[in-house]
Amino acid sequence: MDFSAINPALLLASLLVAATPILIAGIGELVVERAGVLNLGVEGMMITGAVTGFIVTIETGSPFLGFLAACAGGAALSFLFAVLTQLALANQVASGLALTLFGLGLSSLMGQGYVGLKPPASPKLDLPLISDIPFFGTVLFSHDAVVYFGFALVACVWATLKFTRVGLVLRAVGENHDAAHALGYKVVRMRILAILFGGACAGLGGAYISLIRVPQWTEGMTAGAGWIALALVVFASWKPWRVLLGAWLFGGVTVLQLNLQAAGFAIPVEYLSMSPYIITIVVLVIMSADKSRAPASLGRPFHASS
Amino acid sequence: MLKLEKRPQPSKAYAYTTPFLAVLATMFFGGLLFMALGKNPIEAILTIFWEPLFGEFAFYYRPQLLVKGGPLILIAIGLSLGFKAGIWNIGAEGQYIVGAICGAGAGLAFYPMEAWFIFPIMILAGAFGGWVWAMIPALLKVKFQTNEILVSLMLVYVAEQLLASMSLGLLKNPEGHGFPGSRNLKDYPSAFNEEIITGSGMHWGVLAAFIAVIFAYVLLNRHMLGYSIRLTGEAPRAAKFSSVNPARLILFCLGTSGALAGLAGMFEVSGPAGQISIDFNVGYGFTAIIVAFLGRLHPVGILFAGLLMALTYIGGEIAQSNLGLPGAAIQLFQGMLLFFLLAVDLLTNYRIKLVRKEAA
Amino acid sequence: MTGTLLKIDGLTKAYPGVVANDAVSFEIKQGEVHALLGENGAGKSTLVKMIYGLVKPDSGTMEMRGAPFAPPEPRSARAAGVAMVFQHFSLFDALDVAENIALGMENPPPRRDLAARIRETSEAYGLPLDPYRTVGDLSAGERQRVEIIRCLLQDPRLLIMDEPTSVLTPQEVEILFETLRKLTAEGVAILYISHKLEEIAALCDAATILRLGKNVGTCVPSETSAREMAELMVGTELQTPKSAGGEMGEVVLDVSGLSMSSPSAFGTPLRNIHLRLRAGEVLGIGGVAGNGQDELLLALSGEALTEADAIKLKGQPVGRLSPNARRALGLLAAPEERLGHAAAPNMSLTENALLTGAVRKNLENHGFLNWTRTRSFAEEIIERFDVRTPGPENAARSLSGGNLQKFVIGREVLQAPEVLVVNQPTWGVDASAAAAIRQALLDLAAGGAAVIVVSQDLDEIMEVADNFAALNEGRLTETRPTRGLTIEQIGLMMGGAHGMEVAHV
Repeated sequence: MDFSAINPALLLASLLVAATPILIAGIGELVVERAGVLNLGVEGMMITGAVTGFIVTIETGSPFLGFLAACAGGAALSFLFAVLTQLALANQVASGLALTLFGLGLSSLMGQGYVGLKPPASPKLDLPLISDIPFFGTVLFSHDAVVYFGFALVACVWATLKFTRVGLVLRAVGENHDAAHALGYKVVRMRILAILFGGACAGLGGAYISLIRVPQWTEGMTAGAGWIALALVVFASWKPWRVLLGAWLFGGVTVLQLNLQAAGFAIPVEYLSMSPYIITIVVLVIMSADKSRAPASLGRPFHASS
Repeated sequence: MLKLEKRPQPSKAYAYTTPFLAVLATMFFGGLLFMALGKNPIEAILTIFWEPLFGEFAFYYRPQLLVKGGPLILIAIGLSLGFKAGIWNIGAEGQYIVGAICGAGAGLAFYPMEAWFIFPIMILAGAFGGWVWAMIPALLKVKFQTNEILVSLMLVYVAEQLLASMSLGLLKNPEGHGFPGSRNLKDYPSAFNEEIITGSGMHWGVLAAFIAVIFAYVLLNRHMLGYSIRLTGEAPRAAKFSSVNPARLILFCLGTSGALAGLAGMFEVSGPAGQISIDFNVGYGFTAIIVAFLGRLHPVGILFAGLLMALTYIGGEIAQSNLGLPGAAIQLFQGMLLFFLLAVDLLTNYRIKLVRKEAA
Repeated sequence: MTGTLLKIDGLTKAYPGVVANDAVSFEIKQGEVHALLGENGAGKSTLVKMIYGLVKPDSGTMEMRGAPFAPPEPRSARAAGVAMVFQHFSLFDALDVAENIALGMENPPPRRDLAARIRETSEAYGLPLDPYRTVGDLSAGERQRVEIIRCLLQDPRLLIMDEPTSVLTPQEVEILFETLRKLTAEGVAILYISHKLEEIAALCDAATILRLGKNVGTCVPSETSAREMAELMVGTELQTPKSAGGEMGEVVLDVSGLSMSSPSAFGTPLRNIHLRLRAGEVLGIGGVAGNGQDELLLALSGEALTEADAIKLKGQPVGRLSPNARRALGLLAAPEERLGHAAAPNMSLTENALLTGAVRKNLENHGFLNWTRTRSFAEEIIERFDVRTPGPENAARSLSGGNLQKFVIGREVLQAPEVLVVNQPTWGVDASAAAAIRQALLDLAAGGAAVIVVSQDLDEIMEVADNFAALNEGRLTETRPTRGLTIEQIGLMMGGAHGMEVAHV
């Protein structure tokens, strides 16, 4: 056992990296749920994003195009969900599960020729001067652009929900779709847009795993990250900044257990590997004391009967 | 412009025909998919749906139908009870694994003793293991209102790690030359889940699946508990008004589905699989979700849906070896089936009307 | 009062199986209060939805100040000066007052300015409101104020009000009328939807009466008797229920010190409720919506548990018993919400008969169901209560509101309860079904059962109840005999004017 191998600055820096995929996917799902839709297909959209991002990056050599393609891939898959639940009024829980199963199959089919390849590295945004600050430079200022994009996204979603008209209408639709309809707002259109946004975010989060975090393609590589992102939204009581907090917590647990594995800690590897999932459950239980309400129309189908 | 119009009551005719529509739509679009992969679509579809039943080697594949269908049906029957009541156990895969671990563990504990009571004890242990694993989300939901979907799913990943740990540690075959995995139960007669009729594929787990179908049918149609389950799914407030205790219902539904998934795992490990190993689970717990919906959450429907899904597994394997169709394509094919099923379900409750756009 | 504001000409809208509006024509003048009168199902809501742009007419035209008016969506209707106060479904509980109001406006000003305008306007019209309060925490009367202010901030030319007084105490109704009169003095026209004839006579300048989707007459309410209007509205003469006036017996239900927090997020807790109910008595419990009516029903039916001694049935504590255990002892209930609470919409009437009938009608044996008996119980309800349906195998949601309500009430009455608690037994039900239901309740009491009728319809309570009490913020007033009570006394029992004031600008 060798704890000195664990460098706290690097640990915190990799915490931010580990938190980024679930942060981005989680904030996307938060928007979807605030619009009153429960999309359980995050895992499927993430893995689809992971594979499309990976393929496009390999083929074009550009991680940027890869990330864009991942957004498009996630959104395309979420569009299936939108059609099923918003137009065909299918059960949201079942459709979300279907999306995950479908996404897992689709991604492994698409990724067949790409196993074992290595994507071109994404450039790091080493901010000159401040990235040289001891400790903080390593922790905060020497990451790739997506990490900063994740922060920006949380801020954007928070401000949009709180201060803008679109945000207000979105919350109204999630709170009481009948009332929103009676006031003349397009409930279905709003929800479809939210679902697409959530899909794009999940796709981006997935691509972050396959392009930066790991970086390579293996089947089923998201390994439950999509489900953890879903748990994050509950943990966050549907509040954007708390998603950030939660993502750091889960990122921290993941990084710590990996470091402990590497350091040859006395606990068997399997028990360390299961810890993020157990922590998720424990946190869900602890958060149940918070009585903040879910959006009142969450998961309920809407049909404008006039 | 198409317009949806809610039917005054659910259409019975569509409730029965929609699964067939979904299967046909999946065959059509699956065919397109196979075409895109450079295969002959008709040949591929025939290989999947015809070959295992009536092809040259059907005598070998037909028993497989029961072997693969058994666990799917057993798990899906349990899941359907909860799904009907709006209780979403999607961690059957985890309960299946834990059931297998407990069942195999109970059997191996007696090794090398031979006795008639070992197999019954294994059955109990398997059911108990799955039940315990499902009681975790159930109790947390009842006590803390945590979301059973997330908790049961997280426990799948935990169970997979547990499985790895067991096949490398506690249950590792001491005479296995260091390879991971437990002793093979095929070599331990008292713990082996033998075929009841040799060559038929009918092992004790398949029998258990058939019993579960009958049990679920009676429960849902003739018993107050089944009525409570249906009522809770249709109208939770009406169910409370009718005196249904939601907590008890959650414990019952999750517990039963866990126990059945655990049984499926136990019958699998002691029969077709033979041993606990890292890659023991192949996703039956997730496929069973498709089976439950494809069977419209109806016990008899699930029986047929389970056999159909088993068919796609077997046919998929044949297509894989004969036509070089990738295994993932079959997985996609199954996901597609669920999609179409959910989409055509609309017809049961709504009427689609063509309306001319009015001049405003 | 000069000039026509809105002219409606031959509006027709058909839904499958029913013509909701059949060539309806009338005119609304500027600055008048125009009543739209009709029974449930007469087509009032459809007509209003067409004016507000939520529904497009199949044929017919509208003109607003001489110009063609065909709003494709509510936005354009609002732009043309039409504003609407809804009866249901239009507020967002988790949002605050200012956000709710902003959602109803085309171009809301920045939040701070909007808050100031809300304060200003609400005080000017005597409807004080705090813009930053969460709407879910407001009383029913305050919620209505939010809707009215939302409309007023848009300077409407036509204000549509859908049954606005159903959530107000008599005193609050007076204040609302003052506000409305002030608005008409400013030239605003009001389309006032109601089925309460006294109100219309007191407030409205003209009235259009709908029956089965057709305009059956336009009249001046102040010159027409209530009886004439009622006959136009209903089409036939109605029989008012007759009480047999049976003797009252022993105390069967004794509620004392009943306190309970609400199981729903924005509900009202019950606070120290006392009441005693005798055999043969009908107790009417009035009160503005959202003052604890739902919670009281939950506590009595057994869906929510209380302290054991808080509720005693014939001396036996039942506060911790399940609904079925209470049913076994003779305490039955029928909640307000028909679809989803009293009945399961997608299940058949037979299955719905089982919903409460299992214990008293012996429909199960060791958990196993007797479907034959259940079906004949459903058939009995259908026959005895004249429920119009092809048969018990039909889904509950296929029934009209009145027929389903007859089924729900019939299901409880036919189980021979000793105490029956009903909440809003005739809400949204046509007049003949309402009369039948009230008669059934009176007959039940005459047969020696005790009945509690929770209702927001004071006329209904005065018609059926021997005694009256009111719920106000989760507290129940003392019980008084209905005979001799004046409408003012009732209003004060219901909580007076709840902090409203008469408009004074």
